[in-house]
Amino acid sequence: MDDRAAMEICVAEAEKRSGKNAVSMQETFTVYLIETRPMDAVAEGHNPAPDCLWRRYSEFELLRNYLIVTYPYIVVPPLPEKRAEFVWHKLSADNMDPDFVERRRVGLENFLLRVASHPVLCNDKILCYFLTEEHGWKEAVYETGFQAKADSRLRALSATFRVRNPDKCFMEMKHYSDELQSHTSQLLRARARVADRLYGVFKVHGNYGRVFSEWSAIEKEMGDGLQSAGHHMDAYAASIDDILEEEEHYADQLKEYLFYAEALRAVCRKHELTQFELEMASQDLISKKQQREELATGIVRTFSFKGMTNKLFGQEAPEQREARLKLLEDLIAEGEETVKEKTIERHVEKAWVDIQRFKEQKDKDLREALINYAVMQISMCKKGIQVWSNAKECFLKM
Amino acid sequence: MSISAPRGLASSGQKPITEILHPLSAAEEPLSPGPDVTVSGGRDKEVGLTNGTPVETPSPASASVLFNRLQLDDDLDSDGRDPYADTETHDLFVTVDDPKKHVSTMETYITYRVSTKTTRIEFDLPDYSVRRRYQDFDWLRTKLEDSQPTHLIPPLPEKFVMKGVVDRFSEEFVETRMKALDKFLKRVADHPVLSFNPHLNAFLSAKDLNKRQGLALLSKVGESVKNVAGGYKLRVRPPEFCAMGEYLDTFNQKLGTIDRIAQRILKEQSEYLTELREYGTVYASWAGSEEELQRPLEGVAGCVTTCCGALEDMSENMGQDFLPVLREYILYIESMKNVLRKRDQSQAEYEGRLEAAVLRKQEDRTPIPAEVEKCQDKMECFNADLKADWERWQSNKRQDFKQLLTGMADKNVTHYEKCQAAWESLITLLQDKQTEDKTRTSVMSLLEGRVFIQIFPGQTSSTPNASLFLSSSRQRGFAHEDKI
Repeated sequence: MDDRAAMEICVAEAEKRSGKNAVSMQETFTVYLIETRPMDAVAEGHNPAPDCLWRRYSEFELLRNYLIVTYPYIVVPPLPEKRAEFVWHKLSADNMDPDFVERRRVGLENFLLRVASHPVLCNDKILCYFLTEEHGWKEAVYETGFQAKADSRLRALSATFRVRNPDKCFMEMKHYSDELQSHTSQLLRARARVADRLYGVFKVHGNYGRVFSEWSAIEKEMGDGLQSAGHHMDAYAASIDDILEEEEHYADQLKEYLFYAEALRAVCRKHELTQFELEMASQDLISKKQQREELATGIVRTFSFKGMTNKLFGQEAPEQREARLKLLEDLIAEGEETVKEKTIERHVEKAWVDIQRFKEQKDKDLREALINYAVMQISMCKKGIQVWSNAKECFLKM
Repeated sequence: MSISAPRGLASSGQKPITEILHPLSAAEEPLSPGPDVTVSGGRDKEVGLTNGTPVETPSPASASVLFNRLQLDDDLDSDGRDPYADTETHDLFVTVDDPKKHVSTMETYITYRVSTKTTRIEFDLPDYSVRRRYQDFDWLRTKLEDSQPTHLIPPLPEKFVMKGVVDRFSEEFVETRMKALDKFLKRVADHPVLSFNPHLNAFLSAKDLNKRQGLALLSKVGESVKNVAGGYKLRVRPPEFCAMGEYLDTFNQKLGTIDRIAQRILKEQSEYLTELREYGTVYASWAGSEEELQRPLEGVAGCVTTCCGALEDMSENMGQDFLPVLREYILYIESMKNVLRKRDQSQAEYEGRLEAAVLRKQEDRTPIPAEVEKCQDKMECFNADLKADWERWQSNKRQDFKQLLTGMADKNVTHYEKCQAAWESLITLLQDKQTEDKTRTSVMSLLEGRVFIQIFPGQTSSTPNASLFLSSSRQRGFAHEDKI
């Protein structure tokens, strides 16, 4: 299969570093520790020390860009978000915030695990170097020359073009990717608003704690009950912080698929683009063959400027005709090569296989995410019942 | 102080007041306000007395009944919903219900049915059913205040409502008001002194409540208490009444705060509800573009909707049951402070007159007029009534708030129970589906001409010759055309 052994991968830690950036300005950034261990060693019960190296977010981005360009028919797993989005008011939008860094660490690990377990991507050498060669990795990546392809690809992806025979399945898949993107982003926004409001509801209850305590001071028999109930109200108000923090994990799962939708769309677009190029190349080939025929037989089928000038100024000399025919033959040969290339480049089967793989993964992952969300909700309800039952006990003792 | 009055005193109602021991006086001496009290015509114009009601049969002393009740209260179960139900002195039952709208040429208004069941002989019949409107309740309260100035009269729900802001005829408003009127009447009927007031009797029994007729006599008696000469300054207020005043002030403040908190919570919950509804619809619309995930997503949307409903119910309840009771107590405190002020005035008058009389006695040996003694009696009765009523009020307040707050806790628990049930049933649904699918994909099967093959991670991707092609089933029909 491949020459690299199966590896256990994890992103263990995050650290702040300072250094000079490309324009010699001082900057602070975070680096993440990637630890790898050979799987068979672990399986055999040894516990070797893991190999490790530090990488920063921009290096992960570089790796991913390389993968996208090199495997245009693969739905490449996404990175965790560059900046905090869909933030509800209490959550920090600061990239240096420890909670954000922690969630990013988890996201980066998730990315590496997904890439390393992908049937195609796992074989990539550059990926291997990324995990094992701290220095020299960047050079290796640049040497692949992927950036040249990247530029043209990006330009092409944003260009508008019309395909004559669009593949129905890919078109539907592209449409689906738009829907997935729209729905996940809507959901994330709505969830953030709900979180905001729920936070408010819980926190206001904390005021009961204070007023019950003050009130208990002027009461005799009612005092103790009120005071204890007040404590429970305080606990209730405080409980929302943990609840919402846990929910961020759910939001991260949704975000992953929001970005996955983009990756899916890119694959469909790339397919569309190649299809377009194929059609152009085919068209070109046909017209060249037609020209050859005209030259060979002297029969002009279609109007051409050359034909007109020939009529007006007389036919050209046989040597010129021979030269032109030769040129055309070369161009036709080239054209046929191009068509062959483009046909393959569409990677129809490979893309379709990976899309199906993605689809199954998505269904499985999102269903699990929904189940976990339901579990979180149940846990919140149980806590609520607990607190209010406790408060009720105190009220009954008033 | 001994409680030597026999139990069941209130229900006798036949003993002349002279024979009834005032609980706060010395044990041996009966209360001696004189025979004036028993006169129905209210001939005594000068002094309004303890009970002030010149009825044929005297009212029983209040406190003995109160002490009985207090003991019973402690024995009552904490979840006794009706704190007034189980006392043995209860022989007057009143209910306010059945609101109806009346439209006349002049105005539109609501009446309520007031039903009475009683074994008291002050009433001619054992049952009554009359219709009354808010105005009538207001009349009753004013009359009670005038004729029983030394007692704490329970409050009515607010009289005026801003016409533009609140719909006086909306179901919720009428319902809330009716509950408050019912509470008011029950408190009055339950009061050992107030319940024997002839105005109450008229209110409960008269076919047509003619407010102008016949009871004018009574107001004169009340007047004399109200018309305490101004200019008497209170020297020293007894500490127990100071404590009452301070308590009321602080309690008032705390109730105000609780009212604000409760309102704020309702507001926050309403905004949360709006966002939650929107949140649910996003799941539902996402479900529309999915296949495998359609059922799970619709399930989540359904759960969110259920939670919305549960929250709505709870908020409605809080608005209708919790806030009105708080507001009612705030009104109660206001009227209590008024009574405290009147007590102060009564003490000031007595002390003022006493001082003047003592001076005169020193000058020309004029004996202390009987009038001054009557003032003293008046003040002492006032103090006694107030103290008794205060204890009673404290006890009722404790019950009311216990009920109110446990009610609030219950509503919250119910709300969470409903939500939990919804999410739990969703999990069952989702997990069943999961096990269902797992068994399917592990089997290579030919379903409708399509082939399912699992890809194992680590395998090289398909080369054009590999016969790996997947298709998904169902509606979208993504079966790929391009076979190798």
